[in-house]
Amino acid sequence: MNIHEYQARDLLAAAGVPVPRGAVARSPEEAESIARSLPCNSFVVKAQVHAGGRGKGHFQDGYKSGVHLVKTPHQVRDVASHMIGNTLITHQTGPEGKPVHAVLVGESTDIARELYLAIVLDRSSGCPVIVASQQGGVEIEAVAEKSPEAILREVIHPGLGLQPYQARKVSIFLGFPSTGLRAPCRLLHAAYRLFIEKDCSQVEINPLAVTKGGDVVALDAKLGFDDNALFRHKEIQELQDPSQEDPRDLAAAEHHLNYIGLDGNIGCMVNGAGLAMATLDLIQAAGGKPANFLDVGGGASEEMITAAFRLLQGDPAVKAILVNIFGGILKCDILAQGMVAACRTAPPRVPIIVRLQGTNVEAGRKILKESGLPLLPAEGLMEAADKAVAAAAGKKGK
Amino acid sequence: MSVLVDANTRLLVQGITGKSGSFHASACKEYGTQVVAGVTPARGGEKFEKTVPIFDTVSEAVAATKANASMIFVPPEFAADAILEAADAGIQLIVAITEGIPVMDMMRVRHALSEHSCVLIGPNCPGIITPGACKIGIMPGYIHRPGNVGVVSRSGTLTYEAVWQITSQGLGQSTCIGVGGDPIHGLTLQKAVEYLHADPDTKAIVMIGEIGGSEEEEAAEYIQSRVKKPVISFVAGATAPPGKRMGHAGAIISGGQGTAQAKIEALKKAGVHVAETLGDIGQEVVKALGK
Repeated sequence: MNIHEYQARDLLAAAGVPVPRGAVARSPEEAESIARSLPCNSFVVKAQVHAGGRGKGHFQDGYKSGVHLVKTPHQVRDVASHMIGNTLITHQTGPEGKPVHAVLVGESTDIARELYLAIVLDRSSGCPVIVASQQGGVEIEAVAEKSPEAILREVIHPGLGLQPYQARKVSIFLGFPSTGLRAPCRLLHAAYRLFIEKDCSQVEINPLAVTKGGDVVALDAKLGFDDNALFRHKEIQELQDPSQEDPRDLAAAEHHLNYIGLDGNIGCMVNGAGLAMATLDLIQAAGGKPANFLDVGGGASEEMITAAFRLLQGDPAVKAILVNIFGGILKCDILAQGMVAACRTAPPRVPIIVRLQGTNVEAGRKILKESGLPLLPAEGLMEAADKAVAAAAGKKGK
Repeated sequence: MSVLVDANTRLLVQGITGKSGSFHASACKEYGTQVVAGVTPARGGEKFEKTVPIFDTVSEAVAATKANASMIFVPPEFAADAILEAADAGIQLIVAITEGIPVMDMMRVRHALSEHSCVLIGPNCPGIITPGACKIGIMPGYIHRPGNVGVVSRSGTLTYEAVWQITSQGLGQSTCIGVGGDPIHGLTLQKAVEYLHADPDTKAIVMIGEIGGSEEEEAAEYIQSRVKKPVISFVAGATAPPGKRMGHAGAIISGGQGTAQAKIEALKKAGVHVAETLGDIGQEVVKALGK
């Protein structure tokens, strides 16, 4: 799950990580009054969307950049009035962009040095790891590629947690003088506590700034959360902003379907995540493009299959649907009955190719055949993908 | 011979009174697995299907029934505790089926288990089966056939696909292991390959991977230096967009790491027969075995 920058900032501040002064505004008036309350003579106004690359982005109406530096509260108001209610397009949002409903108004910081700090999970050791670099303000992948020696990875024992000597080691690597380790060490402990307490999948502070006055502050931060742990974090669940999500994803979540919207035209319905992934690969190997990833799970009910069908049929981009089911616990005849029922309530708008295999497959195929519905059967995996690609292109399958 | 489970395995089921737990305990029993006990706190003294005694704790169950393997269906909130309880009671093989366990919980469990000699399979996995002898998990039993091909996979339905193709070619399986789709789990692909390589009845190994993490690469390194048996592989997610979790919590390409292309390249370099598409696994096995 993702949250907005201002929400990440509030969580960091509450955990004890220093952040620049400022607050979120949902109207130009509010933005101006926040600016007036800040004791500074230069302000940053940042559009709040779930995407990176805001500074280099542009708005739907041509207004430039989602991050502005201005001198007066009046200018803050003016910038906010351009951003709020507008749509920001960056290299991460796709051409449709993301709607801006709020801006973060903050004091601008005199930066002496920009550092990088992140806490993530290291899969191979099964431990949290602190990733630190003096080269902040740029993407860490770029640093890793050009100068891997500029990155420190400090693995934390999950039982013992971050040890003081480790915090000192990271701070020294980040270039803090040995007499000035207290502030960065305190910040590291606070960030680590946040990572553990909120079941984060990542805490990334980039840049972590050292100001000309010598203070250490988190200028921008990205927090990610483990979806599996949201049940014990109601306060994090409440931070969700549906306006930033793909509407197809939201509809799928309502029916507990494992769905990811993609940009092709072949809708897929598959049981099992691995098989669903392999089905996307098959479609592309056959020269087509999938419209989605959809795993209905091993024990899909008739109600779930109906919902899945409705979702695929309701997507205007979908020109053909490929159903790929390996019947294990979910028996093919039960699935076929569910599909027939779903087609009766919502008649098919596009060709549907069905590949069934596994438990009670003959009975399942018979049910589909006798239903009289325009379903195209397929036995082989590649055959199914070929038929789906042909159907989406408007050709009759062989 | 087989790997980790055989006809002598004595299985207990944690969460046997739940909906999935009872359904699959029944299915395993029907397949021929010795299901000797169930555990559900506060339900001790009852019987499952009139024959299998239910206990409040794993240690009581082990003392009374000599269970040596556990299958876990406990809900995600309590699953980490269930794994630790099984390990503490001396269970040697723990198969965690539960999907949706918080990563932090699994992080702590994995460290705690490093002090035990037990093997953890999963979580978020289909389980393990030695066809004709013992099934611990949620896989459909009938698609399997006793034979000489060992199978290890990160995905449930992809394992079934591979197994079905192998069976349809007139071959069979020695042992099939699903290691699970979570980023932090017990048995790794490499360790499973080690077990299958050491098993004299396994003549070929099928390893099914997917995007995310680096277990396929690690296994490839081991295969290159140690494995003499033919290894056939398939990696799912070659066309998955980066940054998106593809159903499994662990199936994600992040920061350019964990792509199918990198995995396939490492496997090919190690001399593994990589199936181009999912439908080719069965034929690749036949080819590799020279039949």
